[in-house]
Amino acid sequence: MHDYSIRQNGPSRSFPEGDAFLTGASEDADIVIHLGGSGGRAPGDPAKTAILVELDTECLGVHTGEDGGREGSNVLGFARYRNGNDAPTNLIELVRQPASDPAAIETAIALFEAAGFAVVVCADQPGRIIDRLVRPKYNAALRFLDEGLASAEAMDMTCRMGLGYPDGPIERVERGGLARHHDVSKAIFEMTGHLSYMPARRAVVAKTRAGAREDGQ
Amino acid sequence: MGAGIALVCARAGFRTLCYDTQEAGLAAARKRAARFFDKSVERGKMTAEERDAALANLVDTTDLGALAEADLVIEAIFENLDVKRALFAKLDAVCGPQTIFASNTSTLSITEIASGCGREDRVVGMHFCLPAELMKLIEMSRGINTSDAAFAAAWAFTLAAGQKPVETQDKPGFILNALLVPFNNDVIRAIEAGVATPADIDKAIKTGLGYKMGPCELLDLIGLDTQIRLCEAFYPVTLDPRASAPPLLRRMVAAGRLGRKSGRGFYDYEQQ
Repeated sequence: MHDYSIRQNGPSRSFPEGDAFLTGASEDADIVIHLGGSGGRAPGDPAKTAILVELDTECLGVHTGEDGGREGSNVLGFARYRNGNDAPTNLIELVRQPASDPAAIETAIALFEAAGFAVVVCADQPGRIIDRLVRPKYNAALRFLDEGLASAEAMDMTCRMGLGYPDGPIERVERGGLARHHDVSKAIFEMTGHLSYMPARRAVVAKTRAGAREDGQ
Repeated sequence: MGAGIALVCARAGFRTLCYDTQEAGLAAARKRAARFFDKSVERGKMTAEERDAALANLVDTTDLGALAEADLVIEAIFENLDVKRALFAKLDAVCGPQTIFASNTSTLSITEIASGCGREDRVVGMHFCLPAELMKLIEMSRGINTSDAAFAAAWAFTLAAGQKPVETQDKPGFILNALLVPFNNDVIRAIEAGVATPADIDKAIKTGLGYKMGPCELLDLIGLDTQIRLCEAFYPVTLDPRASAPPLLRRMVAAGRLGRKSGRGFYDYEQQ
């Protein structure tokens, strides 16, 4: 088991308060995990084996800076996938840059796997793997709902029974929170310009209403 | 796929006329039916008597005229609009006025298939999922001229056959393929963009979303050439960029990497 220390820079979506992973941390270790982003500080420290920065919707380059496609060091990004407000899953998306240190990647994989997580490695691209792939589908499903293609129940049942998914797109995106879907989708849209990420009308409505509630507090 | 649909109908107690232009096709389907029902008995899904009754419900024919007595004709020929329209026009001359025509198309418009067949009000979409004999879901759609009575009768048939119908508009890909085909293209584009390997994408989707099969595994099973055909059916109609065939998909097909059927796709099956 690798030793790791944790720097809590803000609220963590990957390891919320009380998560078992937090209890395994040491005071000072060769692997440093920044939760809730990097706290606005460049996290680099070549003396460490690996430095892991928890990402939300932003790219790792926001924390490390970029260098014409040559960027990369012992600083890696990561996020434990969760569907909006659902509990975090067992999946860690580990984010690398073009010149990331292979030893740091191996160390990070070993660390998370030893803690019981499934780890995948992805490039520092908007949405990483899952959000990049599912957000356009949720936007399409929400648009289909508006256009009357089928009811929400019919779409969800089709995906469960026809594709063997554990849940359908409408029930899943609503459970995770349409406002959260709006935020993730909008962030990817702003980085890619692909219209499929432009938040669907129902997500915009939910986000507007959530904002109005916050303003009223 | 017609053979699987016939199993569903026969199992539910309907006398099922299986029409094919080739005797060999019918013989192969009959063997498959016997194997499937035998296994169903072995697994305790049906009794030997029920198996015998289901098999007796299957009647093979190469004579289109034999379909004259049918109340419902479900076509499951290949996805070509002209061929489907020609078949329905022929059937209109053969079948009685009560007969409802259903198309198992997954990509074509029901309204266009029905157009000019002579009974546009009695044509419905009835898209079974593969393998039909195991999957309960049916996407049901009505063309612009489909009557409420014909749709209701077709819907009632699917329920009587023990299936689960869902209603969808007559739009390209209905629900299932309208969501799946662009999603799979997004996966291929992510691989092409170097976001992650096929194995890591599959692992992420299975672990994070709980899917039983990763999208690359599914694409290899469907066949990458089939994915191109689906794209070519959708994109010209929808002009949705997500529905257009990604360049990597075309290159893989050109390289003979069609998926499981060619031994290699996103994964290498010859090494396994």
